[in-house]
Amino acid sequence: MYSDKVMDHFSNPRNVGELPDANAIGQVGNPVCGDIMKIYMKIENGIIEKVSFKTFGCGAAIATSSMATELVKGKSVEEALKLTNKAVAEALDGLPPQKLHCSVLAEEGIRACLSDYYKRNGLEPPPELQDVDCTGHCETCAKNGTEH
Amino acid sequence: MANRTVYADNAATTAVSRTAVEAMLPYFTENYGNPSSLYSVGRSAHRGLDEARAKVAKAIGAEPVEIYFTGCGTESDNWALKGIAEAKAAKGKHIITSSIEHHAITHTLDWLKKKGYEVTYLKADKLGGIDLEELKAAIRPDTILISVMMANNEIGTILPVAEIGRIAHEHGVLFHTDAVQAAGHIPIDVKAMNIDMLSISGHKFHGPKGVGAMYIRKGVRVPQLLHGGGQERNQRSGTENVPEIVGMAAALEEAVANLPETMPRVSKMRDRLIEAFKTIPYSRLTGDPVNRLPGIASFVFECVEGESLVLSLDREGICASSGSACSSVSLDPSHVLLAIGLPHEVAHGSLRLSITDTTTDEDIDYIIEKLPPIIERLRSMSPLWEDRLNGKF
Repeated sequence: MYSDKVMDHFSNPRNVGELPDANAIGQVGNPVCGDIMKIYMKIENGIIEKVSFKTFGCGAAIATSSMATELVKGKSVEEALKLTNKAVAEALDGLPPQKLHCSVLAEEGIRACLSDYYKRNGLEPPPELQDVDCTGHCETCAKNGTEH
Repeated sequence: MANRTVYADNAATTAVSRTAVEAMLPYFTENYGNPSSLYSVGRSAHRGLDEARAKVAKAIGAEPVEIYFTGCGTESDNWALKGIAEAKAAKGKHIITSSIEHHAITHTLDWLKKKGYEVTYLKADKLGGIDLEELKAAIRPDTILISVMMANNEIGTILPVAEIGRIAHEHGVLFHTDAVQAAGHIPIDVKAMNIDMLSISGHKFHGPKGVGAMYIRKGVRVPQLLHGGGQERNQRSGTENVPEIVGMAAALEEAVANLPETMPRVSKMRDRLIEAFKTIPYSRLTGDPVNRLPGIASFVFECVEGESLVLSLDREGICASSGSACSSVSLDPSHVLLAIGLPHEVAHGSLRLSITDTTTDEDIDYIIEKLPPIIERLRSMSPLWEDRLNGKF
């Protein structure tokens, strides 16, 4: 059900682990839903010099975290802000429909981290960074709230 | 990739035994006739059916006339519930079941609820057991059926069906049990266990897929689900799947005959897995440690997610399964794990290893060697684990 690329990024995730000198950290998701992503960045002069992640979640959650960090590494903050869940899913040669929310979480994780960067530096966050936390609006959380 | 395969998902399906394959082969090529036909090729197919019926009956302590062949365990479950619902509608529309049934039961009951039936779900305790006093209290004058599984497919707990059946009969209520995971794995005696209807499925005990059976006690009338040519004494129309019925019966006969030898041996291998993984911190066995199917070792490992666990095991050639939300299409963690009181976040880290009599001690050694580093690796990547170690929850 997963593409070879997803399996590759799950089995050999890029940029995994904590970043000791991170100057921006973002975390999204919650354990009830079964996915948590924590993104670490070291941003110098508006450029994401280092990026890493830690993820609790399924194969797709780990693979999308890995791919999302790859896609923003070395990019400017402005470029990283343009990362979409669609781009993450496409870079992985697609995701099964029920796993698309993992790519949404990856996009949100990157944005949560960038939001932290703006906050720490006393900068006004750009309009794209409104509503960056996992608000429980994705299918998984919405369902868990109502069933059982 | 790994160069060996250890199949530890026998609760999902099993390999067809050599005995079953050999029993089936002549029914594809020589005795291929329609059992309803009068000529000899048909008669030999019919004889195969008769012999299969006798074998299945003997394996569960029933009479051959009480065995009906179906297409799968799901069909048997649907037939029992929908049939009794229809037959007893004049008496009442109340059905009692457990909270840990297979979807073949729960989703059929959901459908019946839409048709005006009322369902009481008995609570499961921490080990997956039920409270017989709660059962007694749940029975009402309009209760028409109690359906409780013989053993659970996810956590391996064996339920006290003989007691449940006795209580049902004391109150004049019919008792159905889904014995899909139990048949061929533990002894079954439908008379001693007070069972009126029982569902089994061929592929769970080294028979073929696509064939099942239902035991219906003599005197119990269950209206037919499939109408047509009148096969199975007009109770289940459709040309009989003779080769697979023969294969299922051969597999069940063999499994039951070998139980005195296989049960203790398989249980011992299962217990080696349980002992080994008990030592992993923040992990626990799910289901009853004593009243449990010989082949099912089921666990939850905190701060890891089950699908990642299954995919990682697959890379080592180990086939297992998980009741985590992410390993299913539904995105909900298993209703069974939630019913035994596990929080959502813990239920996500479930793993089921299901072994069988063809599993070897070397297979068990291999799983014991490969699983702990996988859990360690996934935990090292998990922000939850970091929080756990820092005492945040």
